[in-house]
Amino acid sequence: MTDTTPTREMAPARPTWHVVLVRPETMTLLLIIIGLVGASILSPFFLDASYIMRSFTLTAEMSIVALVLTMVIISGEIDLSPAANMALSACVFAWVQDAGVALPLAVIVGLLAGLAMGALNAFMSIRMQLPSIIVTIGTLIFFRGLAQIIAGDRSIRVPESFVGINAVMVFGVPLPVVIFVLCAIVLGLVLGTTVIGRQIYQIGTNQQAALHAGINAKRIKVGLFLLLGVVSAAAGMMAASRLGSVRYDLVLGGELQMVLMAMLGGTYIFGGRGTILGTFLAAWLLVIVSTGMTVANLLPAIQLTVLGILLIVAIIATNFIYARTQR
Amino acid sequence: MNLVRNILFRREAGILVMIVLFCIAVGLYKPQFLTGQSLRIILLLTPLIMIGAMAQMLVLVGRHVDLSIGSMLGFSAMVVGLMYREFPDLWWVIGFPIAIATGAVLGIFNGLLVTIFKLPSIIVTLGTLSLYRGLTFIISDARQINRSDIPSELKLMSRTSPVFDIPWIILIAFGIALMTYVIARHTQLGRQIYALGSNPEAAPLRGIDVTKVTLVVFALSGALSGLAGILYASRWGFVNPSNTGAGFEFQVIAAVVIGGVSINGGVGTVMGTVLGVLLLGCVAAALPLLGIPGSTQNAIYGSVILIALLIDRSVRQRGAASISRGGA
Amino acid sequence: MLKKLLITTTAALALTAGNAFAEDIDIVFVGKNTGNPYFDSLTQGFVDACEVIACNFEFVAPATAEATSQIPFLEAQIQRGVDVIAISPNSPDALNQVFDSAREKGIIVLTVNGDITGNEEHRDATILPTDFTKVGADQIEMVGSLIGYEGEVAILSATTEAPDQNFWIEGMNETIANDPKYANMTLVATVYGDDQPEKSTTEMEALLANFPDLKGVIAPTTVGIAAAAQVVQSRGIADQVKVTGLGLPSEMRDFVKDGTVDGFQLWSPYNEGWLASHFAVGLKNGSMTNEVGATFEVPNLGTITINEGNSINTQSALTTFNADNIDDFDF
Repeated sequence: MTDTTPTREMAPARPTWHVVLVRPETMTLLLIIIGLVGASILSPFFLDASYIMRSFTLTAEMSIVALVLTMVIISGEIDLSPAANMALSACVFAWVQDAGVALPLAVIVGLLAGLAMGALNAFMSIRMQLPSIIVTIGTLIFFRGLAQIIAGDRSIRVPESFVGINAVMVFGVPLPVVIFVLCAIVLGLVLGTTVIGRQIYQIGTNQQAALHAGINAKRIKVGLFLLLGVVSAAAGMMAASRLGSVRYDLVLGGELQMVLMAMLGGTYIFGGRGTILGTFLAAWLLVIVSTGMTVANLLPAIQLTVLGILLIVAIIATNFIYARTQR
Repeated sequence: MNLVRNILFRREAGILVMIVLFCIAVGLYKPQFLTGQSLRIILLLTPLIMIGAMAQMLVLVGRHVDLSIGSMLGFSAMVVGLMYREFPDLWWVIGFPIAIATGAVLGIFNGLLVTIFKLPSIIVTLGTLSLYRGLTFIISDARQINRSDIPSELKLMSRTSPVFDIPWIILIAFGIALMTYVIARHTQLGRQIYALGSNPEAAPLRGIDVTKVTLVVFALSGALSGLAGILYASRWGFVNPSNTGAGFEFQVIAAVVIGGVSINGGVGTVMGTVLGVLLLGCVAAALPLLGIPGSTQNAIYGSVILIALLIDRSVRQRGAASISRGGA
Repeated sequence: MLKKLLITTTAALALTAGNAFAEDIDIVFVGKNTGNPYFDSLTQGFVDACEVIACNFEFVAPATAEATSQIPFLEAQIQRGVDVIAISPNSPDALNQVFDSAREKGIIVLTVNGDITGNEEHRDATILPTDFTKVGADQIEMVGSLIGYEGEVAILSATTEAPDQNFWIEGMNETIANDPKYANMTLVATVYGDDQPEKSTTEMEALLANFPDLKGVIAPTTVGIAAAAQVVQSRGIADQVKVTGLGLPSEMRDFVKDGTVDGFQLWSPYNEGWLASHFAVGLKNGSMTNEVGATFEVPNLGTITINEGNSINTQSALTTFNADNIDDFDF
């Protein structure tokens, strides 16, 4: 799929304002402003910073995963299984500690489960060279199915001492939001300023050329899948802490939202382009849009419709912008 | 080319052997499984998946994928259900062309997004999966179409027919399989889909109108999902905005991948797909008979897809090695 | 600075909002999911009640019924500052934290049509359609009367962990084991169709294949009973296998009319909504107290008592539907 990237020729340098402003992140930022204004008109109860923060904690776990997913997409792969991974890791974690394993050990088991899932995806997509999009549709069903076998329809309680990550405040901001912001800064720096970051872009733009340039594309991609697996597991356990219990249907359908965050933030579906900043902004955009509609008591169906339209508009716009600009 | 065909034939024979072995194994433990009654159960479980699988096969052969089929099924079923509820005096058969046309329109919309904007079908249909589901809620005002609103003639189609009392929906499903076989093997369109899928870059050079073929493939996928939609109303007697068609895409993709359709385009047969559907039907009917809880079903589907992918890959490698041609 | 601005505007808005609705009580009902016909009738009970007493009513529900899907809706209602949240919970424990923060803000939390068993301290009261301890016995009597109190009976339930269904099934097992009236009946199997038509159908077919002498099937769930009836109808064995259970008249009408199903039971979802809104308004304006043993009057329903665990029932026994009365019910 990566070889369909449009070929770019040399062109005169663009003016600075053009480079800074004509990019997908600008679109995301504009949509955030439109979303804020629109939601405030829809409901007088919307515009409240602490409410928006609290609402963000409901999707903070998914947003953290979306940041890593962005890097996977930039490298030219995709993973649709992290939502199912979150559910399975959380179920494994809750199940193990329910069976009497000490809490810290149970957390490690949960993280290892996530790592194993990442490894399965990496094995199928990189080692066996199967398209990651189909592989991860398979693992998405598989992981969710395993969670269903482990937990059945029951919800497994987690101990009181583990509950309440969302109630911890850091300077008035819920802890999950703080973690999300810190993750965004760290990953943004890795992707934007380090050698590995540059290599991720190169692999996504043209894997063949990257190989010739001596980049070990396979190792980097495997690393990204493993990282995504572990981060999904951590996110799954954060959700368990927020909810106080775990069921197999945790963040059911969350893969759509995660891909949506990456796309809305301007990540190019064929790889090679995108930024952490974009996904960071898109995560806020989604919260603003869905919270605005919920607090206005709109039919949830309208939200589904809007999410679908947003995804399609986002990819059309991103393709359009990338077709006219150069990195 | 003969060698490739042989390998594919082996693939179909392989699924057939798997079905037979599976049935014998279950039958040894539960003899009831090897009765005509149980064949009827299996066949009644599969018509919708069969129709969806035929559409998905053509889409995959053309090197695309359509994740929105479940939502297209739901939307078309809802349109027909609303029609039956609001205009009970209309001739019930009108529902068929309406469902098929509704699905086709949705499918063409997918196709247009894919062709005009050159977008990957997987992301487009992930978006329309959500969009069409949302629209289903909106047109229905989030209310279910109840059993009493569905014409009894339509419901009767899932119970019987003049042909040996085999329910109509089973006949229709096999009719669609036959139609797909004819399209795939004996029409120019079929040849073009296969050519497009096996080598998209070379297709225009061979005089294939890529846009047109892609549009037709997505339109067919939508139309067949629409047909599955009205048959859903017939089979289950209701249309629900959130349940109807939900998760359909996963069952269908599982069946198609088991049936040996390659996700890399260009490869896939109707026979293999039919067998893949039947294998899934056997598994679904056998699980409760063996007392295995339904919660294991998803894990089984998921692992079956992964295993089928690995088999697909090893077959491809062997095929490539024996005709010493580079991997497609 | 932007944040400060936001906070001051909200404060101003909250003030005006508080004044505008000082008279009427704002009730919101959070359903399990949208498109569930069961809740149409329940919601109507709220709507009708709020036309005669002083309340504003809104219905919201997530698109799907997974454990956590109701949380954003609850958060939004807290933010809107409603007075009463009535909810049919999708999870017995995942909502505890949200319920607590709602109650901290003075919002009354009522669970309706299903309780958060084991976490009762996180809600104020529960409104259940009937006395759940009697459902099992009633259902056994129902199926017994259909099969002449003799032969094999099986249960087709919802999910393996559905708390209400499991409670009723426990009652069915006890009744059959202890009451000599049912000595000639045996409960041969309990299977689960996960409230999906496809799975319920295959489970029903498997029951018929595994137990050829089966006389009766109890399906205490609206999806299950319709699926079971459809299997019996399609096989044409209505006189050999009697299907009964808990079902919606609107979904079962055809099966009753064509003789597939002789009778089934349920309660009135409408009355749950009707009672819940009267109770909510009574609590808010101080005319009723939420104490075990207290009683209050509800128009059309008579005297209602608050039972152990702040649990309130809308009717004492199940209603039985059959060919004679099914046309009198429109839900």
